[in-house]
Amino acid sequence: MTAQSVKWFWYASPQTFYPVAGVIARWCGAAAAVLCAAGLYIGFFVAPTDAQQGEAYRIIFIHVPAAWMSMFIYVVMAFWAAIGLAFNTRLSHMMASALAPTGALLTFIALWTGSFWGRPTWGTWWAWDARLTSELILLFLYLGFMALQAAIDDRRRAERAGALLAIVGVVNVPIIYYSVQWWNTLHQGASVSLTRAPSMAATILTGMLIMALAFWMYSIAVTLVRVRCLILENR
Amino acid sequence: MLEAARCIVVRDLLVAWRRRSDVATALLFFVIVTSLFPLGIGAEPDLLRSIAPGVIWVAALLSCLLSLGRLFAADHADGTLEQLLLSAAPLGVIAAAKAFAHWLVAGLPLVLIAPLIALQYDLPAPLYPVLALSLLLGTPVLSLIGAIGAALTLGLRGGGVLLSLLVLPLFVPVLIMGAGSVDMAAAGLAPDGQLLLLAALLIVAAAFAPWAIAAALRISME
Amino acid sequence: MLEAVDLACERGGRSLFRRLSFALRGGELLRVAGPNGSGKTSLLHILCGLLSPTAGAVRWEGTEIRRLREEYSKQLVYIGHAAAVKDDLTAAENLRITCTLAGHRVSPRQIRQALDSFELADLPVKRLSQGQRRRAALARLLLSQSLPLWLLDEPYAALDAAAGRLVEELIDGHVARGGAVVFTTHQDTRVRASRVIDLDA
Repeated sequence: MTAQSVKWFWYASPQTFYPVAGVIARWCGAAAAVLCAAGLYIGFFVAPTDAQQGEAYRIIFIHVPAAWMSMFIYVVMAFWAAIGLAFNTRLSHMMASALAPTGALLTFIALWTGSFWGRPTWGTWWAWDARLTSELILLFLYLGFMALQAAIDDRRRAERAGALLAIVGVVNVPIIYYSVQWWNTLHQGASVSLTRAPSMAATILTGMLIMALAFWMYSIAVTLVRVRCLILENR
Repeated sequence: MLEAARCIVVRDLLVAWRRRSDVATALLFFVIVTSLFPLGIGAEPDLLRSIAPGVIWVAALLSCLLSLGRLFAADHADGTLEQLLLSAAPLGVIAAAKAFAHWLVAGLPLVLIAPLIALQYDLPAPLYPVLALSLLLGTPVLSLIGAIGAALTLGLRGGGVLLSLLVLPLFVPVLIMGAGSVDMAAAGLAPDGQLLLLAALLIVAAAFAPWAIAAALRISME
Repeated sequence: MLEAVDLACERGGRSLFRRLSFALRGGELLRVAGPNGSGKTSLLHILCGLLSPTAGAVRWEGTEIRRLREEYSKQLVYIGHAAAVKDDLTAAENLRITCTLAGHRVSPRQIRQALDSFELADLPVKRLSQGQRRRAALARLLLSQSLPLWLLDEPYAALDAAAGRLVEELIDGHVARGGAVVFTTHQDTRVRASRVIDLDA
């Protein structure tokens, strides 16, 4: 075994990872707080008022980053699931299990804020917009993963079953996304779409990116705390 | 290898034949569900004509889901599933054979019954072939993907409902393309794109699902 | 031929056995003893390849069975607690299916002979009694005499004296012909085992 591979598997042991996770979680948590403050400041005070949508569009600073992160986390979750199945490392499975609730939460936030955005823009609390519908299905995928793991008593079977489900899900996500997009064009026609956000002024883009980063740091922090709990539970 | 696959298909068909009433009830469910919509929404002919493809497809989905719970449960209960895992043929082939037998018993009859339902909804005659073809291409995909869920939820409490939660999101593309193809034809456009996509989904599912089903069976049987 | 190297098994958080090793050659009979819950069935599952051990490996002719997959399955017969027969099919149909899935061809005459030896009528299995169902499952042994490895979980359970004697003869015969047999049992049996593993120890 080369020195490289020894180092990777060293951190794959739950015992060694536990303190490391704690340190990273603290730093990421702090970073998340700072970035979030900065992002929200830009979003609510610095960014200009939109000509079409007025002040209501500002929810985009939470909605879009949450949606991005919800999809990103699913991919990361599937990645850890695949590693867990391939190398039979418990910590990888724990990472996947820890990521799911955060992913589900962000998906829910994306749906909720999307709904708030839709209300003043279209007059309804829910419109079957392509992105919102995809997010809804993504939420079901997350909840399915969590439900499956909760329903199985044997830890090993629960982890591996969830992992397989996550992998099958990640392969399907692009297919689902594409088919929902197509479905939306067939049935909605030329109505205003949430995806066509106000023309991206530089400040708006910066604001969204900072918020995305904030959510990312938050996700890492919360996931690592959850992993630490799982490590303690499974000793 | 093909010997074993054929053996399993014949076996499952034989068992289904000897338990005809179970199979018939699942198909009856399909008919009942489609009858509920007019009762719930109103029997206005234009409305029914426009919702027909969607209703038939959703009912097909639910009917398929209902019978998926039984796919591996019976084999698991009487010990034959263990023997399937120990057979001389690759588990993927066995899984594909089981899914195929399931489709023959639970999916193919839907393709044959659907025109009758379409009649009830006064769907225009030219749309019948599109509806039948979309179901013919789509229901095998439902059997294949559903079998993955059935294998993962083997022997769990709350299995049926959990299976639905796991598998319905994965069914969405098939539903959209299936019902969408008939909608396109209804609008006077060619449904080729959607039907070809369904065919593509079928090919991809046929190629990859058996291995996922085999992996899921191994995970569940440990 | 069959080697178990440092096997460990953990189920439900409990460690069933650790550092279990043995080698079994053709013509040898291994009996696994132990009270209920001691891991006899789990050990058999590990030897079949149905269950992955928590540690250690099982080797057949020097290669790990994990790599052999179907190649290994083709060489063994596993008869577990459950009868592994479909209730809606007849005993003959079940036997034919089991043999086809195991990869060897059998003629209807051979099936008939096997069922006759165990005194089974050609009825749907759901009409048979518990003991008859067990016999229907064991009838498979008569058609698997060419397979080198037999793994039997409680082969004598639910059998009457006559059927039990028949099974003993079959096991004896198989071992005499150079086959290897691993079985678990509670009951006293006249079959002398080359080796006994007691999971209670």
